[in-house]
Amino acid sequence: MMRTKMRLLAGVALCLGLAATQAGAEGKPSDEISKYREMLADGNPADLVELRGEELWKTARGPKKASLEKCDLGLGPGVVDGAYAQLPRYFKDSGKVMDAESRLVHCMITLQGFTKEEAIKQWFSKPGKDSDIEALVTFIGARSNGKPIHVPHKDPKEAAMYKTGEYIFYRRSGPQDFSCATCHTSNGMRIRLQELGNLTTREGAGTAMKSFPAYRVSQGSVWTMQHRLIDCIRQARWPEPEYLSDAVIALEVYLQGNASGTVMETPGIKR
Amino acid sequence: MKTRLIAVGLLAAFATGMAVAANKETSSTSEAEKAFRSSFRSDNPGYWMKRLDQDETMALCSKYKNVPPKNVKLKIERDQMATIRYPIEGKLIGDWREGEKLASSGKGGHIGFIQPDPPGTARGGNCYACHQMSPKEVAYGTIGPSLKHFAKTRGSSEEIVKYVYDKVYNSNAFTACTNMPRIGYNNWLTPEQITHIVAYVLDPESPVNQE
Ligand code: HEC
Ligand code: HEC
Repeated sequence: MMRTKMRLLAGVALCLGLAATQAGAEGKPSDEISKYREMLADGNPADLVELRGEELWKTARGPKKASLEKCDLGLGPGVVDGAYAQLPRYFKDSGKVMDAESRLVHCMITLQGFTKEEAIKQWFSKPGKDSDIEALVTFIGARSNGKPIHVPHKDPKEAAMYKTGEYIFYRRSGPQDFSCATCHTSNGMRIRLQELGNLTTREGAGTAMKSFPAYRVSQGSVWTMQHRLIDCIRQARWPEPEYLSDAVIALEVYLQGNASGTVMETPGIKR
Repeated sequence: MKTRLIAVGLLAAFATGMAVAANKETSSTSEAEKAFRSSFRSDNPGYWMKRLDQDETMALCSKYKNVPPKNVKLKIERDQMATIRYPIEGKLIGDWREGEKLASSGKGGHIGFIQPDPPGTARGGNCYACHQMSPKEVAYGTIGPSLKHFAKTRGSSEEIVKYVYDKVYNSNAFTACTNMPRIGYNNWLTPEQITHIVAYVLDPESPVNQE
């Protein structure tokens, strides 16, 4: 654990050096460096969550006493690097389009022998009760850092999910007539003081998608994309869709599709 | 004669093509709707699930991604105008102080298992989520236009009073598929509450019309 943390810090320092030479070469003000300095000084609390996720990934758990190291996140069994950036995608073995979270749960069921209920019982952290799923997804997400999001939805099942996501994005209902589009289709708009990105463009969707899972300062915990979307749906005054349901995955296919080409940079820090 | 036949034939082929395309479209829409609906817990209370139902306006605005063709736009605006109801006493300007509380509160109406509003939470108009109003309040959103000094710039004639009341009651009567909720039509606020908000926007004493 300690060793990994050291490695992480060394990695950040390396990035710093890299950023410094790049900034030097281009003669640009070193925004990036000050950002990294800030990160080093305060530290993103999600870095620890990521480390916990890595431990969990490697630890034999569940009735089958197995680790998740053979989990196939879409790039083959055991390949974690770059997997998050290519999710959601269609999986032959389950016949479903799955996102990082539903695929992780699939592996917890098939490899470790958990029931679905057990696996998702604590899908988000509560005060004093950390979520394993959150930690695992943070770890999986970070292993795509530096990789461009690539969800081309070429497979007919993926294409259908993209359409469904787009349909839900514009679907208005409820006592406030809201849809996702109400809050997320203009550039540079705010609701109260909170900035809202335009999720129909690559830039807007990219800014959002590349940074999840993200540490939310206001919540004091990491939020996965499922959590983010389910909470927006709550804000829209609709009932919450179920965790890992098709509605949420379809929205993710739509958003990751729009964000494709944007380079992953997680865990982000959000309000 | 021959050319006409060919033309008819082409037209028929074109029409069939359109029909097939339209069918494909409807079937993918109903698949999407099915996927959406089946994503919610089946033991949700009925009144929660009713919030997923769409009236004709919602369905049309969704279908056209909030940019309806002209004839649809006009139809929505005509139909929505006909829904507007007024308070029993007929007075459209209430108490701006009450209106200020309502305009500032974004509370109410949150349901679900994770973070529902406590029972009995009063609903607010949530105007500041989208509009600048009093120049003193800095925490305002920009989804809608600024309403700062509304009465100063637009006056407060009977016509304007009725316009603001109607706009808040049913925003779609003026702009089909606007981002602004239909606050009276959806029974989010009562007609009396809306008169307080009208006062907040138009009363010369209201902070909205002060420096
Ligand atoms: C009533 C307004 C509202 C509605 C409706 C809404 N959202 Fe949001 N959304 C927000 C706010 C506020 C934030 C958080 C911004 C912040 O953290 O400062 C947000 C954040 C997000 C983010 C993360 C953005 C980022 O960069 O961190 C995504 C993605 C998102 N919403 C998607 C959706 C989707 C998809 C829907 C529809 C199912 C939706 N939202 C509906 C208000 C809304
Ligand atoms: C979710 C966003 C949203 C909310 C909440 C909202 N509005 Fe609006 N409002 C808009 C938008 C967008 C427009 C411009 C488009 C239109 O006219 O519908 C608008 C337009 C208006 C106008 C017409 C302005 C003009 O120049 O003619 C008035 C008046 C108004 N809103 C008042 C209110 C009041 C009062 C409330 C709260 C009770 C409110 N709005 C809540 C989004 C919103």
